[in-house]
Amino acid sequence: MSYPIKRLLVFPLVMLGVSVFVFISIRLVPGDAITAMLGTESGLLTPTQRDALRAYFGLDQNWFIQFWRWFAGVLQGDFGISTTYGKPVMTIIWQHFPLTLELAILSMLIALSIGIPAGIYAATHKDRPSDLIVRIVAMFGQSTPSFVVGLLLIYLLSVGFGVLPEMGTFVPITEDPLANLAQMILPAITLGTAFAAAVIRMSRSTMLDILQEDYVRTARSKGMSRRRVIWRHALPNALIPVITLSGVEFGYLLGGAVLVEQIFALPGLGRTVLDAILQRDYALVQGSVLFIAFNFMVVNLLVDLAYAALDPRIRFETK
Amino acid sequence: MTALLKDLTRHPSGRIGLITFAVFLIAAVLGKTGFTPYDPLIQDRIARLQGPSAAHWFGTDLFGRDVFSRLMDGIGQSFIISFFSVGIASLLGAVLGLTAAWFAGLWDGAVMRFMDVLLAFPAILLALLIITIFGPGTWTSVLAIAIVYTPIFTRVVRGPALSLRRRDFVDAARTFGSSRRYIMTRHLALNLVAPLTVQITLALAWALVTEAGLSFLGLGTQPPNASLGLMLSDARNLMEMAPWLLWMPAVALMLAVLSFNLLGDALRDILDPKTRRRLA
Repeated sequence: MSYPIKRLLVFPLVMLGVSVFVFISIRLVPGDAITAMLGTESGLLTPTQRDALRAYFGLDQNWFIQFWRWFAGVLQGDFGISTTYGKPVMTIIWQHFPLTLELAILSMLIALSIGIPAGIYAATHKDRPSDLIVRIVAMFGQSTPSFVVGLLLIYLLSVGFGVLPEMGTFVPITEDPLANLAQMILPAITLGTAFAAAVIRMSRSTMLDILQEDYVRTARSKGMSRRRVIWRHALPNALIPVITLSGVEFGYLLGGAVLVEQIFALPGLGRTVLDAILQRDYALVQGSVLFIAFNFMVVNLLVDLAYAALDPRIRFETK
Repeated sequence: MTALLKDLTRHPSGRIGLITFAVFLIAAVLGKTGFTPYDPLIQDRIARLQGPSAAHWFGTDLFGRDVFSRLMDGIGQSFIISFFSVGIASLLGAVLGLTAAWFAGLWDGAVMRFMDVLLAFPAILLALLIITIFGPGTWTSVLAIAIVYTPIFTRVVRGPALSLRRRDFVDAARTFGSSRRYIMTRHLALNLVAPLTVQITLALAWALVTEAGLSFLGLGTQPPNASLGLMLSDARNLMEMAPWLLWMPAVALMLAVLSFNLLGDALRDILDPKTRRRLA
């Protein structure tokens, strides 16, 4: 059996595993969903009202039946009703996901447009002062947690330029692209920093390896210019691991950057899940975590397939 | 071990990483044993929000507590959580990875699929989920971070263990009548020390970041205790008035993570036979 087909067969199994895992974990959280939903007002409920609410959200059944009902719904695209929002889970996910997707794309664009040129530059200027500077900057970039980058950016902007980042009501890109970009640029730079650092390090090290390969030396000895060898022969091969790395990072970013969304007050998927966990909103946690895991696995699968398509040398072990 | 230390001091980034790590380790030990300039919890209402001075090197916070002392205590807290969680994750990962590679079949499938399930979660979300189940606190953070990083160690161990298992020296050991446990602990585990060491160093860097993130969200170390993430979270609303509250923990966290990243890079160079030759 070929590797991609094997991956595809394992996929539903892992998704089922994720569903069971999330389902059980959220139910182990101490406290009652109805109390969490209504807060202090839940004390005003009569036992009958409480039972009615539990029945409405399907919480009166045992776990096995609850899981089965939920899972049967999921298979038909119905993720249940959120107790905090009182709306279908899928509606809420689709409200928050575009922001997370946009943020992930912007961060990746920033990371790649800085990371690849810087990495190639460092590799072709190996051991010169400029290479050292790029490496030091990348090392610091990789060692600074993104929420710290975010805090420092906010500080530098407010003290240095006297401006505070736009943190009012979030404007979707479809309504006002400029206002949206003004809100998204800082969080995107924040998330892009560590991402760019990783891209720099990866493209530098693969480029260095490739520049020592025989085919590069052959091309050079045939009289091809150094610049042409780098662009035509080395770069396309050096990009393969960078694509893999970016794919995996992108997959992570699609899960929502909980901390960065929190700092910049962005209503993305990460914060939605955080709030849902704190509110014990079973359906919303289950649905959104499943959604995130699904995206993450699909992206990883695509990365693997792209890797195989880009590098003809790779023949997956069929074991 | 001494040979490894010697190699590290010869490696440029290894040397810097080692020195930085040593400084932080001393600060952490002193911080946790109470050898701080001030009591990190004692409030001094008269000395609130003072900038760095001779009396308070890193200034004071909103409650007049000495930031330098709190930083030492916080670094100690972060190190304790990181060391314990990575220790548990690497041990658990090594056992799971080794047994998965050795017994293969159903056990291998079950372990690796469960690891796939854990890996399908973004790290911080999985940690959040675990913390909400058990309630925030030091040991819950340890548990959460350990669970998050166990799959990575399992994979790091299982891959090489699979290929080692088929090597001649393992067959030879088996023909001598060595027991399974002996082969696993002596022949396989010893050969996995190199990849594990690199992974442990890098995981310590991630664990520091994850711990700080959880504390920042209010789900890790609980006030009034000090932790780098908690100090950063407190600094959020005061950063214009008292920027040292932001800079001190931010730089400390960055340098601590940097020291592990530098050590990880150096160890990879030293322990990888391919780059080792290049270095020599």
